[in-house]
Amino acid sequence: MPSPPQTLFEKVWHRHEVAAETPDTPAVLYVDLHLIHEVTSPQAFTVLRERGLKVRRPELTFATMDHSTPTRTEQVFGGAPIAIEAAARQVRELEVNCADFGVELLGLRHARRGIVHIIGPELGLTQPGKTVVCGDSHTSTHGALGALAFGIGTTEVGHVLATQCLLQGKPRTLAINVSGRLGAGVTAKDLILAIIGRIGVAGGTGHVIEYRGETIRALDMDQRMTVCNMSIEAGARAGMIAPDETTYAYLAGRPRAPHGAAWEQALEQWRRLPTDAGAGFDREVDIDAAALEPMVTYGTNPGMVMPISAAIPQRPGDAVFAKSLAYMGFEPGRPIAEQPVDVVFIGSCTNGRLSDLRDAASLLRGRKVAAGVQMLVVPGSQEVKRQAEAEGLHEVFLQAGAQWRESGCSMCLGMNGDLVPKGRYAVSTSNRNFEGRQGVGARTLLASPLTAAASAVRGRVTDPRELM
Amino acid sequence: MDPIKTLRSRTVVLPASDVDTDQIIPARFLTTTTRSGLGANLFADWRYGGDGAPKADFVLNRPEAQGCAILVAGNNFGCGSSREHAPWALTDYGFRAVISTQIADIFRSNSLKNGLLPVIVDPGTHGWLMEHPGAEVAIDLESASLTLPTGRAAHFPLEPFAKYCLMNGVDELGFLLGKEPQIRDYERRRAAGPVR
Repeated sequence: MPSPPQTLFEKVWHRHEVAAETPDTPAVLYVDLHLIHEVTSPQAFTVLRERGLKVRRPELTFATMDHSTPTRTEQVFGGAPIAIEAAARQVRELEVNCADFGVELLGLRHARRGIVHIIGPELGLTQPGKTVVCGDSHTSTHGALGALAFGIGTTEVGHVLATQCLLQGKPRTLAINVSGRLGAGVTAKDLILAIIGRIGVAGGTGHVIEYRGETIRALDMDQRMTVCNMSIEAGARAGMIAPDETTYAYLAGRPRAPHGAAWEQALEQWRRLPTDAGAGFDREVDIDAAALEPMVTYGTNPGMVMPISAAIPQRPGDAVFAKSLAYMGFEPGRPIAEQPVDVVFIGSCTNGRLSDLRDAASLLRGRKVAAGVQMLVVPGSQEVKRQAEAEGLHEVFLQAGAQWRESGCSMCLGMNGDLVPKGRYAVSTSNRNFEGRQGVGARTLLASPLTAAASAVRGRVTDPRELM
Repeated sequence: MDPIKTLRSRTVVLPASDVDTDQIIPARFLTTTTRSGLGANLFADWRYGGDGAPKADFVLNRPEAQGCAILVAGNNFGCGSSREHAPWALTDYGFRAVISTQIADIFRSNSLKNGLLPVIVDPGTHGWLMEHPGAEVAIDLESASLTLPTGRAAHFPLEPFAKYCLMNGVDELGFLLGKEPQIRDYERRRAAGPVR
């Protein structure tokens, strides 16, 4: 009997069931790749020590440091101490934990270190059909390669270290069908911001999203990662895109991807993963990409987003909305364009890849960052940094007056001291505009690298198409 | 984890929607390598002024909020980062339950593993709770229900396994370690060829 049609998610899920979900117990799900970092792993290793447990499959576990690490070259390579003592302690503790438990670590000065969600795909560790978890919500990024990838808490980090498995209830499925061609100056970042604006910050709760349609197929891997990265900002458990020739071309030859006969075998398996014709989703949403323009957030969550040419929405009588606008110092009905900008941040697991830096550099070449604007460009990994420097992108940024840093999460969450000052406005290519996310009292406007670079040049929120 | 079967407490009402984990515990406090002591910085940027002094108008700083173990918040609580530091901060402060109309997936999962009850209620019950701060409510795990002082009861979703773990103080790691034979069997099947 032929098996019923399945979605990409269902195929990956079923292939990793050590034990299926029952009415009384969640599924026991096997994890193929466990990524760990310095901030959400220490307490999990403590539990292993307390209970006398080992890391069950150290070869499926991979560590790096990114969240609290410095981006200033002298603190990474120059022998200067890490400025924040508690961050230095976390870095040392991860080094000790990885050594004690036999886990491979790309440490602070390693040439392939970077943001965990940038280096997983970059090294070829992330592959179609794998289950990937990490103690970080933006693990959804890896779904761009057709993996089932999601963030977990520290207790679950301990579960995976000890058993290579997780207890999981099966999520529902949500298809987001995207058609139409993105216009010039409109990017994958604008697309995902528009999707979050449409379904809301809790619109994906309990669901795994599959992004589908001609527009998604036309995106390159960097762009697909930007889309899947922000699935969590719509509340979704994960975001996935079916693997195709774009995926295979991206993975071929990467250091940790299969090679030779193993590559051919893997390809044969990967080609079976896309959603079968006739497979159903619990919900579907249709998006017309051709109608989109560059998007920018105006409030304190990523769902509070608007086209860059529009006016800030009005919601009379909504006290929560009013409080959010008061935090931002914005008035309803006012255009967002021309809002003065103090800080511009290019980087993060959302937009810290090479093509993002190329986008930003394309608008900065031969131009200057406006007087009074601080611009920080932080590559997503040391490999992205190396490639950008090989193309001379760093010269473009430096000549424009921007700062060029070592890789890490940096100003996305400011754990390492890269902060937006109180009350200041930042146009940021990161993923969260929550109150205080980039510093106490900081006011964040999320946007694409193109919009961020254009805004840096003008010193005001600027539609990048005006400079293209 | 201590078993929890019932909980009775007055509520604190936080009139904010989409409360994200960056508000619950800002990132600068995540450089700790232990689970303890995070309650002091729960809601730090709402709770304290720039000088570090408590803001008198923030709900947790009011005298009537002291000793309350149940937090009622606006729609969609716990979105954003996966930091388990959020439920650690809430429980360290003294909360044992959070009530909203919707609770983000990772936060909910983390809460269940730390004895913090994520209670999702219907809009009617939620509306009543938001309008009656300090109300004494009762939560019963066996029936997965919440009872208001008016006598009105609301059911909340609680998976049988989560309920079992909470009511018996069972930790999931022990359960997973008990699955070792099945895990070994799965690994053998995987090694023999692709699992279809």
